[in-house]
Amino acid sequence: MSQDTLFDKVWDLHKVSSLPGGSDQIFIGLHLIHEVTSPQAFGALKDKKLKVKFPDRTVATVDHIVPTDNQSRPFKDNLAEQMIETLEKNCLEHKIRFFNIGSGNQGIVHVVAPELGLTQPGMTIACGDSHTSTHGAFGSIAFGIGTSQVRDVLATQTLAMNKLKVRQIWCDNKLSKGVYAKDLVLHIINKLGVKAGVGFAYEFAGPAIHELSMEERMTICNMSIEGGARCGYINPDEKTFSYIKNKLYAPKNEHWDKALRWWESLKSDDNSIYDDVIKLDASKVEPTVTWGITPGQSISINQQIPLLDDLSPNDKLVAEEAYEYMSFKPGQLIKDTPVDVCFIGSCTNGRISDLRVAAKVLKGKKISKNVKAFAVPGSEKVATEAKQEGIDQIFKESGFQWREPGCSMCLAMNSDKLIGNQVSASSSNRNFKGRQGSPSGRTLLMSPAMVAAAAINGKVSDVREFIN
Amino acid sequence: MKSEFTPPIGKISNMNGQCISLIGNDIDTDRIIPARFLKCVNFDSLGESVFEDDRKTLKGKHPFDLEKNKNASILLVNSNFGCGSSREHAPQALMRWGIKAIIGESFADIFYSNCIAIGIPCFTLPKKSIQELQKYTDNQSLFLEIDLKNSSAESKDFNFNLEIKESSRKMFLTGEWDATSTLLDNKNLIENKFNQLPYIKFNTNFL
Repeated sequence: MSQDTLFDKVWDLHKVSSLPGGSDQIFIGLHLIHEVTSPQAFGALKDKKLKVKFPDRTVATVDHIVPTDNQSRPFKDNLAEQMIETLEKNCLEHKIRFFNIGSGNQGIVHVVAPELGLTQPGMTIACGDSHTSTHGAFGSIAFGIGTSQVRDVLATQTLAMNKLKVRQIWCDNKLSKGVYAKDLVLHIINKLGVKAGVGFAYEFAGPAIHELSMEERMTICNMSIEGGARCGYINPDEKTFSYIKNKLYAPKNEHWDKALRWWESLKSDDNSIYDDVIKLDASKVEPTVTWGITPGQSISINQQIPLLDDLSPNDKLVAEEAYEYMSFKPGQLIKDTPVDVCFIGSCTNGRISDLRVAAKVLKGKKISKNVKAFAVPGSEKVATEAKQEGIDQIFKESGFQWREPGCSMCLAMNSDKLIGNQVSASSSNRNFKGRQGSPSGRTLLMSPAMVAAAAINGKVSDVREFIN
Repeated sequence: MKSEFTPPIGKISNMNGQCISLIGNDIDTDRIIPARFLKCVNFDSLGESVFEDDRKTLKGKHPFDLEKNKNASILLVNSNFGCGSSREHAPQALMRWGIKAIIGESFADIFYSNCIAIGIPCFTLPKKSIQELQKYTDNQSLFLEIDLKNSSAESKDFNFNLEIKESSRKMFLTGEWDATSTLLDNKNLIENKFNQLPYIKFNTNFL
């Protein structure tokens, strides 16, 4: 059993009681909600005649269903309109802070909370969304929950949970040029498998992780869940603190100094004990692309799609399903695979640094005529910053469509969808069957820079050929 | 789609029903309920859309469309079932179709806690045993009587033990899986915890 890790310290601090059944009752320091997984929870509160216990500890925004072309109200999609109206009504009724469209602070919930300084080290953070693990980049313990658990957090600010085990993933050396956090996390998921993280929190550590910016760290923690771990985190350091400083909800003045001292004390101790430790060499990671229907089915840009015989018995069943669904042949190269759609955005890679790196590849170039490409900033703040830097112009001049903030084609709950069996190069997090809105649509996950390169060539390309 | 749906309440100790096999590893929640069906403010109509895209692709041959499975209530699955999104819509859709318990090789974490929270016990068995049961259902109907008290299952040809986390087992037997009231019992402890947390004090501009 783990001891003296950040996870242990934060868990123990938030433990309210041991429940009769044997699980722990854990206090949730920050609760984030959005329009998709909250309406039924508010409905259940009403049925049980309960109130929101700490309305100040819940923050709402709208992201999954928002259109990214025309955001004027009412939305064209009646169901989407009904969902945003329900959230507006619930927030008003229960006095919950809501960052609506046009507030300047709306966006994907996992982009918004960090950029407002709501996400801080040492907190427990829950949200009805599996990518809540993103917030672990700040040294918080953050995890996705379902709607009944959203109800419980609203009603009690606590959850019944079993403590997770802790696996440290130590990344030596540093990433080479043209290789990004997305490549590293896809590599980790490929090496460990999509279910290795079940029952674990992942602590990402080592020189390669230390080297990453806060936004890159968020990309890593964001995809913990794709490796089966509902929680992933990184010990806070100077980069964490300077990212938070001066943000809207960051501690101010004398409170800042107190916060800093406390945050410093949270790091995993040098002699802390882990349930498991994995080491890997980050300098060996190359630009990585998924070829299949799980985020674990990835290869380096110059590799071939694996042969069935090269896979472990456990991976064969899903590999066969993937060859068929993707219409790929075992042994085929992933490089030069034609793509129809290019998408840059999502809670994994829709932040300003993601747009900057893609813009650098696109600058002065035109995308292929065969490709429909669009960039969706992660939040209104990201969009504003991008416009100030002229990044939107670079995208538009290259042939990309520049859209309004939202989750968009990561899960296609709005009108941004693949059609038929189109192939998309996507900076998002899931390549599941049908994920991007068409039951036969095919998704290749990669870094934003790699998506930009694919857009220019109209096929899967090695971004390193663009950045020398 | 079954007739009347009544959600489980209170103590859960016995589940009797016919098994339905669904073969495949890493079956994600997008497949169980595609995202377009999440555009709703209640769960009521999800049962009919469970596995919608997979079922359309298989044109009537999907296990959830086979006549022989129409009254089934115990789902047999393989490894990492329910991976992906945290959408409770996935177990809700299964439950509203008629599923009352799931037996599998392994489950994704968030899916598993969602199942507990809505009253669907998830049991595990070794890979081989699952495959044997799945194979058995190819040619004949498998009616299981599950007793949560002893974590055991019985049918006319089988008699075996099922694995379930002890805390989950207790929660079903005591009714504590419906957690809100148990959590609220500790009202004072919750208040105390809130007042002790360091960051509540230095985030004065938030509160």
